[in-house]
Order: sequence, then C-alpha cells, then structure tokens
Amino acid sequence: MLILRTFVLGIKSLLLHPMRSALTVLGIFIGVASVIWLLAIGEGISQEAQRQIEGLGADNIIVRSIKPLNPPAGGSNSFILAYGLLRSDYDKLISTIPTIKSAIPIREIRREIRFRDRVVDGRLVGSVPEYAEVTQLQVDRGHFITDAEVKLQDPHCVLSKEVAEKLFPFEDPIGRRIYILDHLDYYQVVGVLKHRDATAAVGGSLSAQDFSKDVYVPISTMRRRIGDTIVVRRSGSREGQTVELDQITLRINSIANVMKTARLVKTSLSHHDETGDTAVVIPKELLDQARNTRLMFMVFMGVIAGISLLVGGIGIMNIMLATVTERTREIGIRRAIGANRADIVRQFLAETIVLSGVGGFIGIAAGYLCKPSVLLLRYVLESYAPQMIANLPDVVRNVVPIIVPVSIPLAFGIAVVIGVLFGLYPAYRAAQMDPIEALRHE
Amino acid sequence: MNNPGFAASDSNSGNGSTNVALKLEDLQKDYFLKGETVHALNGVTFEVPEGDFLSIMGPSGSGKSTLLNLVGCLDRPTGGKLYMGPDDVSQMSDNQLSQIRATRIGFVFQSFNLIPQLTLVENIEVPLYYQGKLSRTSRKHCEEMADLVGLGDRLNHRPAQLSGGQQQRAAIARSLVNDPFFVLADEPTGNLDTKTTEEILHLFGDLNKAGKTIVMVTHEDEVAAFTRRVIRLRDGLMEFDRKNDSFGSAYGHGRADLTAPDQPTSPAATSPAATSPDSPAPPAAEEP
Ligand SMILES: Nc1ncnc2c1ncn2[C@@H]1O[C@H](COP(=O)(O)OP(=O)(O)OP(=O)(O)O)[C@@H](O)[C@H]1O
Ligand SMILES: [Mg+2]
Repeated sequence: MLILRTFVLGIKSLLLHPMRSALTVLGIFIGVASVIWLLAIGEGISQEAQRQIEGLGADNIIVRSIKPLNPPAGGSNSFILAYGLLRSDYDKLISTIPTIKSAIPIREIRREIRFRDRVVDGRLVGSVPEYAEVTQLQVDRGHFITDAEVKLQDPHCVLSKEVAEKLFPFEDPIGRRIYILDHLDYYQVVGVLKHRDATAAVGGSLSAQDFSKDVYVPISTMRRRIGDTIVVRRSGSREGQTVELDQITLRINSIANVMKTARLVKTSLSHHDETGDTAVVIPKELLDQARNTRLMFMVFMGVIAGISLLVGGIGIMNIMLATVTERTREIGIRRAIGANRADIVRQFLAETIVLSGVGGFIGIAAGYLCKPSVLLLRYVLESYAPQMIANLPDVVRNVVPIIVPVSIPLAFGIAVVIGVLFGLYPAYRAAQMDPIEALRHE
Repeated sequence: MNNPGFAASDSNSGNGSTNVALKLEDLQKDYFLKGETVHALNGVTFEVPEGDFLSIMGPSGSGKSTLLNLVGCLDRPTGGKLYMGPDDVSQMSDNQLSQIRATRIGFVFQSFNLIPQLTLVENIEVPLYYQGKLSRTSRKHCEEMADLVGLGDRLNHRPAQLSGGQQQRAAIARSLVNDPFFVLADEPTGNLDTKTTEEILHLFGDLNKAGKTIVMVTHEDEVAAFTRRVIRLRDGLMEFDRKNDSFGSAYGHGRADLTAPDQPTSPAATSPAATSPDSPAPPAAEEP
C-alpha cells in the first residue's frame, strides 16, 4: 500500500517532465532492446552455423581432394596435373579401418547440360546410392541412383529440382534423355529431387555447396564415359587435370570413434602430406569449435549490450541529480513535515525504478520485434539492393534471430539493477540535505 | 481518530495541573562558517505550557528562526537542553527527530511551502503518509481538515491555483492533520495582506482556543498582539518574556464566541524557576 503510494507519487513527479522522462527511458530502452537483439541475432547466426555443420553429419569424416596451390611447373604447353584422392586410397581406407561403417566416393565436374535447345550450367555428380542419405537429399519423383545402376554403369541420372525446372519447364522429365555438352551420349532421367538448401562453407577446407545445379549419375557410369582426366583448351595451350575422386565421405560406426578414426585416416593418407592435395574435414570438431565461438560471440554481444545499458544508467543518474537539485525545496518541505532520510531515498529510488522499469518493458516489447524487423529489413534490402545482400556471408544473409529466453529476464533485471545503482547516489544526496538549507533553497 | 478540530476537548481546563509542553534550558546554537563562529543563540531558557499561544519577536538576525527550527526538531542545538514533554530531544538522532516532526509537530512557513505538484487535499495528506497512518479513511479526514480551514470546495486545486491566504490555510490544515502537540509558525503572515493576516490569526486563535499549543515567530507588533505571551530576542539572548495584556481584546473583537473568559493554562504557575533574570513577572491569568 505505502509502496504503491510511493510509486504513484514517483510516476506523478516524472509526468511533470514528460519529455525529460521519456528521453531517460529511451536510454534504458535502447540498452534492454539491444541486449535482446544482439543475443537473438547471435543465437540465430550460431544456430544456423551449427545446423549446417550438423547437416554434414557429426558422425562423418569428409576427405577431399585439393588442387595444389603451386603445381610443379610444366614447361610444355600440354600439361596435365594429377592430384587428389585415388581409388586406391578409398580401398585402403575401407579395408584397413574397421570403425568405418561405409565410404561414399564422389566425383564432381562442372558441365553444361542440354535438353533440346535448353542449356543449363550444371554440376555432374558421380556417386553411389548412399550419397542421398548422407547429404539429406529427398526424392520428389522417381528414384535416386540404385546399386544396380552403379553396378551396370547405367546411363541414368537424377536431377535437382532447379535443374529439372529449367530443362523441363513444360514436360515431365522422367524418362527423357539429356545430354552433356561435348558428349554424344545421353543420360536418361530416372528421378527428380526436392529442393535442398545450400550449405555454407565450413572451416577453410569445405566450400559452400549449392545443390541447385546438380545432376547425379552413377559414379561408375561417369568414370567410363568421362574418365579421370579433364582437358581444357585455352588459347592454344592445353591444360588438364586428372582427379580420381573429389571426395570420400566416411561414415563412422559410432560418434565416440570419430576423433580416433580421423587420426587413423590422416595417417592412412599421409603419403598425400607432401603435396598437400587432400584435406580431412571433421564436422564434429567443427561443431565443437562452433560452440566455443558461439560462447565467445555471446559474451562479446553481452559486453556491447552491457555498455549501452551502462550509458542508459548514466543517463538516469544525470537526470536524477538534476531532479534532486531542482526539487531541493520539496525535499526540505517533506523533511520538515516528517519524512526521514530513508523516506527521501525511497521516493527518488522509486522514480529511477519507474524510469528503468518502463524502459525495460518497452525494451522487451521491442526485443520481441527483433525477428519480424530483421525479416522485414532483409525483404526490403532484397527488393531494393539485391547485390548488397548477395555480397553478405551466407550465415548473415540467412540469419533468423532466435530470442534467447534467458535474455528477457536478464535484460530487465539488469535494467532495474542499473536504475537502482545509478539512482542510489542522487537519492542519497537528496537524503543528506540539511532540511533547513533545503527549505531556504529558491 | 485524530481530531484536532475546534471541538477538541480542552484537556487542561479539566484538571488543575498544567503540563509543560516544552522546556528550553540554556539553549545555544552556533554556526560555523569558514573558521568563523556565529552565535545565533546564546543561551535561552524558558518553558511553554500546554495550550500556550506564544509569539517570538526580535529584530532581524536575532535568532528567531534559529530558535523555532530547534524547537521544531529541524536542527540540533550546540549547547543546552531542549525537552519536549519528558523527552530530551537535543541529542536525538536524525531518524528520531524525523519521527518527532512527523508525530508531534505541525509546521507553518512564511512562504506556505506546499508541494506544487500535489493537489490541496494531497498536500494535507503528506504528513500522514510519513507517519505510516494512511488508511481508507485518511482521505476523508484530510477533506475534513480542508473544510475546517474553509477550503472544502478547493480540494483538487493545485497550490498555484490558490491565493496566498488560501495556501496558508492549506498549510495550516496540513500542520494539523497529524494532531500535533505544537503548531510552529515562522512568520506565517509575512507574505499576506492585512485582511488575510487577520483571517489567519483568527484561525490560529481558534486552534489555540481548542487547546493547541502554538509558537509563532513574527516581527509585527500587530500580529504579536494576537498572542497570549510574547518573547523578545536580541542577539541570541532573551530580552523579555511577558504576558500580553492586550490578548483577548485584539483576538476577541467582534467574535463573541471566542472570547471565552477562562484560560486553559496559566504559564505563571510553571515558569518562575525557568525564567531568566531579565524576564518580567510571569503573566497572571488574564481576563478582561
Ligand atoms: N545556516 C546558517 N549558517 C550560518 N549562520 C546562520 C545560519 N542560519 C542563521 N545564521 C545566523 O544566525 C543568526 C540568526 O539567524 P536567524 O535566521 O535565526 O534570524 P531571524 O531572527 O530569524 O531573522 P529574520 O527576522 O531576518 O528572519 C544570524 O546572524 C544569521 O546570519
Ligand atoms: Mg527568520
């Protein structure tokens, strides 16, 4: 009851200077809202990164071929560079490391793909049936490559949703024959996939993967028809490269064995160390790193938000000191008619708590607007400045803020604590005034 | 509940003994200013019996306000003793003094000192708030107090919307709301014109008649003439302390109902021992 009166009184006093009070509230409001926003965006980014890493499979190990940065100089104008994973590496891995449940060989080549007069820029991916499972591809119609097709080196292919739509805007693709440019052989479409979101680049060794250009064929068919060596003619000279496998995805029998197996894999591939033409990517390791990064990010964001709250608190203190000076006479009157020091402290603290509390509440409301605001901002930017958006890193471009539940009470609590802390000194000053001096104050 | 209204029973008229409301013993107050000491009060001794109506006079700088502030527990003396009833308040802590101000003292100031952002009735309510006495009926009580000083129709006006006289009436209502032992007034009519001054003085007279002890600082003889007893200060010392012969006539003219013949107290009965040598004979029971 009395406390209520104190607060009502505080609100009344604050309403005497609505503009000043509103500006003070603004300081706290920005602090609270920024705590919630920064944490929400940080959480959104890190969860997105985590999701993408998890998409690689925490129980997988990925071994990739890397084109050496400084290939041995050839001299002749007809030079073919051979590098990367070999089929013998593949055989060695699956036969010597028992914790490897299965291994998926992958070969990827950029090619233009044609159906009648329609041509799209595509990526020919040669692999085995398990590839669909590991990369989380879902079949929309038809079927993915089967073991039988791999075995028989069938000229069959499976299209990504986007390629299918571009090549067959009007027709049903199933059963149609498509051609790879520069080759006479056709591939018959046996399946069309559902849309698959692109993955971001992970670490330095695994580049972003965009599934929208993919055309999947049995790896055996690809080997027979295209072979390992690809030659590019460029202004008279011939350049080429021989790669047996672009990637091997190893599936480990248990997540507990991942790190141990990774060490064995690295040892097993140590003959590549000299040329540095392979890399081992361990999603689990990346995941652990991402978690650490996330923690640091959160702390960093928290510090920034904390600083803005601090600034808000200083704003409160500033205003309250002015208020106390301005109301010296009122303080004298109240003291003369019975208020003790604690009463005066209480009165001014109530005002700062109201200021910071109101700022906190509005800040929380604004905090909840984080997601719609970010989505709206992205929509606006995509509509009016698409190239700017395109230049942003994937994780930033696709971020969906996720409000961290604890940030709401945390931000509000900090706001009120700051209100009290920074209000304490002005209130103390008010209470220490000599009543007689205060009464004499003009 | 508290009813300091005019109808309050006059406790002193019933029994013969008088209670000392206030006793000053060699009260001193020094101010220290940059190494210099100002002796504002140099040892003042007197008693105030319950129901007295006392005015303190003296030239500017003689220590009137200083004395009133000490009596009002707004400040502590640097020497001597100050008794309020049986309690020595000269050495009390700040909190204890606040408590005394809240419960036993009603202050009236020259410049009214209402809180500008509160309405009249809210202003009257403030002392109850600090006494922890706010209840469902306290608003009603405050409205009665406003009625008592003739402002029952201005309850929701703000101080700025009231005349000086009205503000001072509101301040008096506020000083009465906690049913104090004393009403202390420092030049309460200093900012008012003659007619309003008279109204306010009549209000004080009525209060005293109802049994309130009133101590009022003034430098106007016309104002002092309204009171029962006059103490005059000069340079922090008491110059004289005398009964006001004109009391009653000044106070009573034209107001037959207030010129009650018998007086609640006789300061003479209690003061001889305490009075300073230069004080004149203690006032006898006055009557027309
Ligand atoms: N806070 C203070 N610090 C220093 N000296 C003070 C203080 N208050 C009062 N004095 C001095 O004490 C003396 C008495 O002052 P006081 O205010 O009691 O006078 P007064 O009788 O009320 O005068 P007035 O009629 O002008 O109101 C004066 O000399 C004054 O200068
Ligand atoms: Mg004075």
